[in-house]
Amino acid sequence: MPKNKTVYENCDVLVVGGGMAGTGATFEARHWGRDLKIICVEKANIDRSGAVAQGLYAINCYMGMQWGENQPEDHVRYARNDLMGLVREDLGYDMARHVDSTVHMFDEWGLPMMRNEETGRYQREGKWQIMIHGESYKPIVAEAAKKSADKIYNRIMITHLLMDETKENRVGGAVGFNMRTGNYHVFRAKTVIVAAGGASHIFKPRAVGEGMGRTWYAPWSNGSAYALPIDVGAKMTQMENRIVLCRFKDGYGPVGAYFLHLKTYTQNANGENYEKKWYDQTKELVGEYIDHHPTPTCLRNHAFIQEVMAGRGPIHMVTKEAFQDPHLETIGWENFLGMTVGQAVVWASQNIDPKYQNPELTTSEPYVMGSHATCSGAWVSGPEDLSPPEYFWGYNRMTTVEGLFGAGDTVGGSAHKFSSGSFTEGRLAAKAAVKYIQDQKAEDINVSEKQCENFREIIYKPLENYKVGRNEITAGTVSPSYILPLQGLQRLQKIMDEYVGGISFNYMTNENTLKRGLELLDLLKEDLEHVGAEDYHQLMRAWELKHRTLTSQCVTEHTLFREETRWPGYYYRGDHMKLDDENWHCLTVSRRDPKTGKFTMEKMPVYHIIDDEEKKFAAS
Amino acid sequence: MSTFVYMTKCDGCGHCVDICPSDIMHIDPTTRRAVNIEPNMCWECYSCVKACPNEAIDARGYADFAPMGHSVRVLREEEKGTISWRIKFRNGTEKNFVSPITTKPWGEYIPKLAEADQPDQGEINSQILYSEPKGLNTKKELPTISKSSFKKGVYY
Repeated sequence: MPKNKTVYENCDVLVVGGGMAGTGATFEARHWGRDLKIICVEKANIDRSGAVAQGLYAINCYMGMQWGENQPEDHVRYARNDLMGLVREDLGYDMARHVDSTVHMFDEWGLPMMRNEETGRYQREGKWQIMIHGESYKPIVAEAAKKSADKIYNRIMITHLLMDETKENRVGGAVGFNMRTGNYHVFRAKTVIVAAGGASHIFKPRAVGEGMGRTWYAPWSNGSAYALPIDVGAKMTQMENRIVLCRFKDGYGPVGAYFLHLKTYTQNANGENYEKKWYDQTKELVGEYIDHHPTPTCLRNHAFIQEVMAGRGPIHMVTKEAFQDPHLETIGWENFLGMTVGQAVVWASQNIDPKYQNPELTTSEPYVMGSHATCSGAWVSGPEDLSPPEYFWGYNRMTTVEGLFGAGDTVGGSAHKFSSGSFTEGRLAAKAAVKYIQDQKAEDINVSEKQCENFREIIYKPLENYKVGRNEITAGTVSPSYILPLQGLQRLQKIMDEYVGGISFNYMTNENTLKRGLELLDLLKEDLEHVGAEDYHQLMRAWELKHRTLTSQCVTEHTLFREETRWPGYYYRGDHMKLDDENWHCLTVSRRDPKTGKFTMEKMPVYHIIDDEEKKFAAS
Repeated sequence: MSTFVYMTKCDGCGHCVDICPSDIMHIDPTTRRAVNIEPNMCWECYSCVKACPNEAIDARGYADFAPMGHSVRVLREEEKGTISWRIKFRNGTEKNFVSPITTKPWGEYIPKLAEADQPDQGEINSQILYSEPKGLNTKKELPTISKSSFKKGVYY
């Protein structure tokens, strides 16, 4: 093994991940902790990292309280409805009441906001979305983080959290390696905010071969948001609540602006509105939830999937009408160029001009994340003024591990945060982390040299595996002693796809397949002790895979625990096809014992902190 | 599309290596020029294309679903504050778009909080964040709700 230098850094607030949530946390931490040492560690380069690396054409979460457009309680009702009743309303309300101040800062900092010429307000795309020219969204917020941090470390992958050896269940920092120098980095920290990415590439993607990277969520989002807290025994919630996206075929170009602003609509191959055809069948499964307005995203997916399975695909987006208006045509194209360039490439390559041809849609492979229209993630404390006793243990956005905070994809239960809400949640976590330090909760933390040395050995083992195993064989990729990260990734994707409800099985699973899936995941976990990495880049891929696998185990345990089909269109439990409010109107919470690796599951109550003032039912 | 690099245009400066979110742009030890080492982990985010000072990087649609003969080119000009795109279809159709990328001189309006006003005594125990409540533009305090209205269980 090459001799790698160990670099030590001590700090007060350590932010893991410099995406939207991480930049928000780094920025805000400085306001409250003027004299604290604040460090942000990023796997890539914070100027272009995380889900917003290529930009965004809309900010999907803005209340507009200044114009009386929406109030935080309206957003709670919206997110709750979309997730079939189950969200952490305290967390959602808290994010929503602060998100406008975040967006106003972005405006001040130079992010180009589109404005409605008549009203002078931000241009609405839909009820919650505002339109932006967001090509440089990420570099702009990165600049804010750079101005606040003592130091930003790029190209370091954090692989493990360190634990305090004075007090049980208290965090003590994090460790990782630099993929360019190979150096081992030890960050001893009083508080850690995990703001890493959710999980793409745990289910087999529709694209194969070269196009494998064209996933909906970024391929570099490798589930560190979950693996880091799971590994140290933090409780997780709603990990079964994966998301499937209805998107333009192959490029996964977004449909939000098309539906909401361009007023395009979907139809089957025969030109029929298929959604209403599935009303009775869906009602059988989920009861009155199908009557909610707007129709929950999963139920619209459900109709799409059923219609395709019935042989009436492909489903098209009707664009030919809207695209006759040159202004709307420009918006349609710029929408992709601003956030999903790949869709423009697909259309250019296949000569699809939406002005003359209605493009195809598809439903994606599942993703596990916590910031879009889904809410997998860590079980965290809410704010003091909004949270019932089961949801509150002292510090906002603190996990069940002391001193370990989360934001963005890491936090479970707070759906529909998107970019602005994730940045806001980072700000909330940062303030709470500073308060935790000021309250002297982080005294006498001891992280021994032994603990650090231990992780050092574990982290570099894939390099050693490769070096030893490679000498056994002449050449090529087939070894009896190691598997390569890509080989392991494809095994993981096949297991999740076939046993946990992926595309090949039309999102179907059941108790038997889930149990078999868990067995196969255990075998994969064992094999990953023998993953072989040729260089530091592959070492990163090896650790990404390990994080994805741990995340997948948690997802599968949760899916097994919830004996109902809560979100048809996201996944189906074939042995429990109906939504079951009597037994499952609750949040699922898991904990993995770090010593044994065994998961235990429990139900936690759902509190509805907002009433149902708004008429819930559409006139039917 | 995965990205690729033109031999005659790349000078091996490494801007793309520095920016790639997926860590797949590397300098080839033989040619000493940039190369995409893992096209199947490319998100076609164009970060490298935008960062390249020599217009040496382009993208070719993913072989498994994109027919050949198309191009999507980009020019990001930070000093002008714009981004320009040119889309060419396989059949020759061409579309051009230009968008702003910022409204302010780069970074100047982003505060350095270490030098900004200190939070008031005790504000750390409140619910407000930096710039609030003023930054909400509502001329009101931060909203909250009474715990007495909370309901547990199925019904809202």
